[in-house]
Amino acid sequence: MNIKLPQLRPGQRGIVQEIQGEGLTRRRMLDLGMVPGTLVEVVRRSPLGDPVAYQIRGAVIALRKDEASYINVTTC
Amino acid sequence: MSHQTIKLDSLPLSIPKLERAPHTIADSIVRSIYWEAEKIAQASTSCAVEARINWDRKIDDILTSRLWGFPVMLLMLTGVLWLTISGANVPSELLATGLFWLHDRLLDLFIALNAPHWLTGFFVLGVFRSVAWVVSVMLPPMAIFFPLFTLLEDAGYLPRVAFNLDACFKKAGAHGKQALTMCMGLGCNAAGTISCRIIDSPRERLIATLTNNFVPCNGRFPTLIVLSSIFIGGTVAISWQGLSAALSVAAVMVLGVVITLLVSWLLSKTLLKGQPSSFALELPPYRKPKIGEVIIRSILDRTLFVLGRAVVIAAPAGGLVWVLANTSWGDTTTLAAIAGWLDGFARLMGLDGYILLAFILGLPANEIVLPTLIMSYLAEGALLELNSVAALHHLLVEQYGWTWLTAVCVMLFSLCHWPCGTTLYTIKKETNSWKWTGMAFLLPTLVGIFLCMAVTFVVGL
Repeated sequence: MNIKLPQLRPGQRGIVQEIQGEGLTRRRMLDLGMVPGTLVEVVRRSPLGDPVAYQIRGAVIALRKDEASYINVTTC
Repeated sequence: MSHQTIKLDSLPLSIPKLERAPHTIADSIVRSIYWEAEKIAQASTSCAVEARINWDRKIDDILTSRLWGFPVMLLMLTGVLWLTISGANVPSELLATGLFWLHDRLLDLFIALNAPHWLTGFFVLGVFRSVAWVVSVMLPPMAIFFPLFTLLEDAGYLPRVAFNLDACFKKAGAHGKQALTMCMGLGCNAAGTISCRIIDSPRERLIATLTNNFVPCNGRFPTLIVLSSIFIGGTVAISWQGLSAALSVAAVMVLGVVITLLVSWLLSKTLLKGQPSSFALELPPYRKPKIGEVIIRSILDRTLFVLGRAVVIAAPAGGLVWVLANTSWGDTTTLAAIAGWLDGFARLMGLDGYILLAFILGLPANEIVLPTLIMSYLAEGALLELNSVAALHHLLVEQYGWTWLTAVCVMLFSLCHWPCGTTLYTIKKETNSWKWTGMAFLLPTLVGIFLCMAVTFVVGL
């Protein structure tokens, strides 16, 4: 099932299918290693709910909801 | 909630099939680059990260939790300040006693050499005395604060602060990494300004640059610490003095954070309109700080560097104050004339002319504001030996009529006034614009004047 990354709950994992958006935001996602096929795990939400920390390729990266919404994942 | 870790060798052997093909050639290229890189990494490295990550997550469960995230941050801030304040007291007095003993021997020497009055005055009463003050007031707190702060930095706590606070910064139209530049600003606003480079988007970087000065830098700590020890710490039982002084300095800092957020919000709604742009913050694994390295680095790179800068600036400023206090202007000294001229306006802000003048003379470096003020008071009043907080209390309260309101207004104005010369110079270099440098000067000054006047007005009702 294809959903947006912020829809995953802490502890859930997904595989990146597609990165929407263009330009700088997209470039930055790719820089982080957020390429199609990458396994992403939701680590935790921050105390106020946004941003959310994701485990990507061994690193923990916090992304704001707005940006994470550009990423489509399938749950696994 | 499950906390499984992803091991590198658990990856499938071939590139996983996607539901849809990547939509550009660029995507396919990036994807295959990452895939190849990962295969190579897998073949050539091994790591036992699993246990570590679990530890990290357990720590993060507390430090970034909904319930404990904010209390822990406040606790850390107050704790660091409390250790700084209570630890700095005794060495400060020892240093002052020692340096003023030297001051008296120097006086004896100059008199024995039959040096002219102006020479003795300029070098001993002006230059040496202000340097002695700066060293004894600044060195102990810095030698405690910087290592403690570097310890937190080294352990990896600071990115968690940015993680916790980002939602506030987002609301203010700013970047979560501004929390990091503010932490740097605690050490030195010029360093904080340079650290704004970590924010990629120009708009948010400018917001962070313009508001960095609302975090009290280390040069302003001593002023805040000394005043809160005298006026706020003094109102409670002795055993609680250190703690209540720490709490009041922490309160001033929290106020600084609130003002930063408000001003950032205002800027992002007016001068710097726009949407908050991309945000990605790495939360690196915690690591055990290398204690020895931390101490050496923070003492050499930070403490002595900042102290050296302060001394270099305090020396000529001390001389200048002596000259101003010993040249006449009409039937009074130049210093008194300028202070008198500023007095009317300063009174509206709950200060007096000498205090405002000290802030103005302190433009080169905030470290010298308090020493300058004490020097100008002493040059005017009776010449007493000032080597303890009690003596300072006597000078301020008995001789110059300070009340707790004066202390609060000085603390507020110390928090919100023009950045020091070094910071302004840095802002000019970083933004490459006189307009933004001017804004960086005006913004905190106007906020400070407004705050002090508002407090004075409300209390006077």
